[in-house]
Amino acid sequence: MQSKNHNNPPGVLPNFCHLGTTLRVILAVELGAMLAALADMPTLQDALALFTERSALLQPALLFTLLALCLASPLLRHLNYPLALTGMFVLGTLTPVLFTTLLDRFWLGLDLLTHAQTVFFSAVVTTLLLSYFHLRNKALSPAVTEARLQALQARIRPHFLFNSLNAVLSLVRTDPRRAEVALEDLSELFRALMRENRELTTLENEIELTRAYLGLEQLRLGERLQVIWHIDKMPAEALIPPLVIQPLVENAIYHGIEPRSEPGEISLNIYRSGESVHIVIRNPLAESGSSHHGNKLALGNIQERLALHFDLDANLKSERMGAVYQVHITLPYSRARTPGISTQTTAR
Amino acid sequence: MRAPQESPLRLLLVDDELPARRRLREVVEDCANTLSLEITGEADSGLSALAEIQRSQPDAVLLDIKMPGMDGIEVAQHLQKVAYPPAVIFTTAYDHYACQAFEVNAVDYLMKPVRANRLATALSKARGLSRTALDALRDAHPKARTHLSLSEKGRLVLIPIEEILYFRAELKYITIKTSTREYLLEESLVRLEAEFGNQFLRIHRNCLVARNKITQIDKASAPEEGHLLRLHGLDELLPVSRRQYALLREALR
Repeated sequence: MQSKNHNNPPGVLPNFCHLGTTLRVILAVELGAMLAALADMPTLQDALALFTERSALLQPALLFTLLALCLASPLLRHLNYPLALTGMFVLGTLTPVLFTTLLDRFWLGLDLLTHAQTVFFSAVVTTLLLSYFHLRNKALSPAVTEARLQALQARIRPHFLFNSLNAVLSLVRTDPRRAEVALEDLSELFRALMRENRELTTLENEIELTRAYLGLEQLRLGERLQVIWHIDKMPAEALIPPLVIQPLVENAIYHGIEPRSEPGEISLNIYRSGESVHIVIRNPLAESGSSHHGNKLALGNIQERLALHFDLDANLKSERMGAVYQVHITLPYSRARTPGISTQTTAR
Repeated sequence: MRAPQESPLRLLLVDDELPARRRLREVVEDCANTLSLEITGEADSGLSALAEIQRSQPDAVLLDIKMPGMDGIEVAQHLQKVAYPPAVIFTTAYDHYACQAFEVNAVDYLMKPVRANRLATALSKARGLSRTALDALRDAHPKARTHLSLSEKGRLVLIPIEEILYFRAELKYITIKTSTREYLLEESLVRLEAEFGNQFLRIHRNCLVARNKITQIDKASAPEEGHLLRLHGLDELLPVSRRQYALLREALR
């Protein structure tokens, strides 16, 4: 299974439908235009005026080209890498010419650049950008990305392991059946933790894992832990980096439930809205202002893993809202290639 | 180890998690073959542990460290004020810093899950805690106490921190004022300020007040007297020193 990002191995095309890629291109081109304007004009004011004038043409042409590249990408993906790159080069060079010609004919007689100049300018820009993405892919090669992902692997608190083992031991004599279930939950959890978690998994799998974890916590916390699930609208097949939800729930219990003697409520709300998947986890804030340092570390870890998989398309927000602490993750909706088959069953 | 005919060692089990207490009971019962033991009761929080200790006066307490509200180390701190404090054996699931502090200060502790033979060894040499050992444990586990304690006619009196209006230093003692009464405590104001700096503000060289109880700060009628502070539920007006006034304004912003 390919990871769903544009940090793909060399030989994989830049994805121009990606927000991260598009933003980088627009910024690069505008920066280039600014520099060109500064070189052309003696004063900053003149340069700014020229830049604005040129941008008025440049921006729509650029967006039009990016749209063309995005639309053409399913076709280009079928070609081999050099051929597809050539295809992108041709598209990147000719679309602006096509765009300016159309604009010229139907709308207003713009004569900022000749056709030859447009071809030259867009050829240079396209070459530079394609080279940049090629090199970037190399720098973020699978080896590098995987090493970073591995270093970022979620770790469970040792405190949790020993308390859970203790809770299981307390059941062995009196309730062997529940002890069995608890040990099964524990092995499922540790299997997931020890797997080299580089590949995306489905929401369904991640929820199952979280339930196994919650089963163990329920054992020792009893009625102090109340969990509310809002997942009837959850897209079960959506892809997500493994061990994103479970550590957040672990945090919610560690900071929100364990420090209080009265029962507390954790809620999980997972839904799809358009092309994004939303995961919202809430827990009560601890009574006394306990340190949230460990929490920050865990959030940073998850944020970085989301970025490695989805670049700028995913984000994580955490905030306190009165007596409640909330973590909200948004990530792009994508699904396994073969519907119904999870990535975990196709493990190596 | 004790011979079975000796009077049994009386034990209290303290843990906030029910399965942990159940397991501890099983292991204690397993030890009863070789040691003469009796369980006097169980407690699921620091506060109920202190009440239970005073009621049943056990010889030893198996005390979980990590509990909501008053944790195990705070329970041990308050136990110092009890007339005949029981021996304390801490239990913990995993705590690198605490365990280091235990080792260094020769404090008895057990790692959960607890094994019967380890428990037997710990019980056979269970002893009291020294003040220095406790201070070291607190340093390894920095957390403000939830209560202050003092001994009145041999009884342990606990004062919840949230009920305290102010601390005032006078000569050798600190006066603690709540809305219902006053207590005298042997402590230093500097140490109290260090521990409860989040909840209490200094308004004068000799006075710390509860931050969330401040209702009003007025100018004194005579300008050279500076400012006066009013606390919720207290008729008395407390003088604010010129030096602290600026800092107080800053802190309350």
